[in-house]
Amino acid sequence: MNAKYSESAEHIDVRYVAHLARLHLDDAEVEQFQGQLDDILDYIKKLQELDVEGIEPTAHAIPIENVLREDVTRPSLEHEKAMKNAPAERNREFIVPKILE
Amino acid sequence: MEYVATIGLETHVQLKTASKIWCGCANVYGSRPNTDVCPVCLGYPGSLPVLNREAVKLTVMTGLMLGCEISRYSKWDRKSYFYPDMPKNYQISQYDMPLCLGGQVEIDVDGAKRAVRLTRIHLEEDVGKSTHFERSSGVDFNRAGTPLMEIVTEPDMSSAEEAFAYLQALKRILLYGGVSDCNLEQGNMRCDINVSVRPADTDKLGTKAEIKNMNTFKGVFRALKYEIERQKKVLSEGGEIRQETRRWDDDAGVTSAMRSKEYAHDYRYFPDPDLMPVVLTEEQIHSWEESLPELPAARRARILSEYGIPEYDAGVIVADKAVADYYETVARLSGNAKAASNWIMTEMMRALSEAGIEITSTKISPDALADLIKLIDGNAINMTGAKEVFNVLFSEGGDPKKIVEERGLAQVSDSSELESVVRRVIDENPKSVEDYKAGKKVALQFMMGQVMRITKGKANPQVVVPLLKQILDA
Repeated sequence: MNAKYSESAEHIDVRYVAHLARLHLDDAEVEQFQGQLDDILDYIKKLQELDVEGIEPTAHAIPIENVLREDVTRPSLEHEKAMKNAPAERNREFIVPKILE
Repeated sequence: MEYVATIGLETHVQLKTASKIWCGCANVYGSRPNTDVCPVCLGYPGSLPVLNREAVKLTVMTGLMLGCEISRYSKWDRKSYFYPDMPKNYQISQYDMPLCLGGQVEIDVDGAKRAVRLTRIHLEEDVGKSTHFERSSGVDFNRAGTPLMEIVTEPDMSSAEEAFAYLQALKRILLYGGVSDCNLEQGNMRCDINVSVRPADTDKLGTKAEIKNMNTFKGVFRALKYEIERQKKVLSEGGEIRQETRRWDDDAGVTSAMRSKEYAHDYRYFPDPDLMPVVLTEEQIHSWEESLPELPAARRARILSEYGIPEYDAGVIVADKAVADYYETVARLSGNAKAASNWIMTEMMRALSEAGIEITSTKISPDALADLIKLIDGNAINMTGAKEVFNVLFSEGGDPKKIVEERGLAQVSDSSELESVVRRVIDENPKSVEDYKAGKKVALQFMMGQVMRITKGKANPQVVVPLLKQILDA
């Protein structure tokens, strides 16, 4: 599906978002979520009433920055443990359905 | 109609850190599959990334070397997509606030110098490596989480030659800065190409094609040669270029369109809630700037003034940091800067390329090469003998003086010793003597060669030639 981005500030394209999230929705679900998402959008729109003149945009709610670690190695997970949840495994690799290139 | 091409490159560079970008797993190449992995780089739910300081430092150092503006504030974003080599289903990257903005790379194509402008440099995580089999694909996550710098140019290049020169210049600078090993065989540098073609009499850029996942510079060069011609042909036949992602087939030497499904991406970038912004102070940036090594252009200028060698020599030597380091040691120890550059540019480069190795793995130490030059300068050995010593040093290493002794290569400069040989050559070659007296210069060279042959190349030409002339002219 070569979907086109077709949502706006007013409207969320539920089928398109579902495709991006690899979710299968039937028509009833699309209708149900459309209503719910539109409600959420309306709610968010309330924020537009605020005067944010002179306020820097922020990506986080808490004022913490530069959480860094030193460049030192630590033991990795044992290979057997790392593979424990692999649905399939061969030659130490995780085996997945063939990826079409 | 005349057409012009417009090229932009996105180059991914793996940084030389000890550990991965978000976790303490080793950042190494060549481990057995899924050895250097942990809950963080395997994308297990509940694991949390913590940023590696060194990855930030190396990216900022790159930005400083390339004249970028260093962001005082940058942040991390999630790029969402589904692919088995990315187990979190998003890649942590930098979307709108990268670490470095702007900058440029100086290139030189056949003597024409210009700058390729950069848009930005951001830092992100590399993904796992997948291998495709008949009915399935295998994934190895050792590479997942390797710090990966993406260097994006403006659409600033117009030929395959320029793109090639850009990549070479970029690699040289990255190697100088020690930020990456830039080993292409190990995938340290990979590149996506954007290229479009338009009629020369318009300014409006043509529709571009993207060629993904190039892993050799030669491949980039060939893919561009092919793709530019392809687009020109389509346009000149009245066709239209489709905006699409294309794949380069190195064996067939062609690009081909990937199916639209594979690139219908909408990445839905949003700030990563697990990672806090990076705020850099002037002091921090300045201290990293202080730790920058001397860059090629500055080093070239210094070598020119300090050693007084020709500009061409300086250019060749500075092209590779390891060669430049080697050269400076030899020049200093031998006290003969020009001889040092001659030996390195001719014999050394030839021997290295024949052996297929880098100067860092040669058996000739800079001390040994300097000693060899001193032996020549002190007339202890002539050029023929010196080349033999060089070849022995190159294949076995050792001390030049000992090799000269062991192989009996010491130059004979004693004129009484050489006189008997010279007289013998004159006696044995009456025709040459006649030619010489008739004014043929070649005859002298021939007799000189005979002297060298008899002395097994050990005669000092500077003694032999006057001696020959003296006896012949008498």
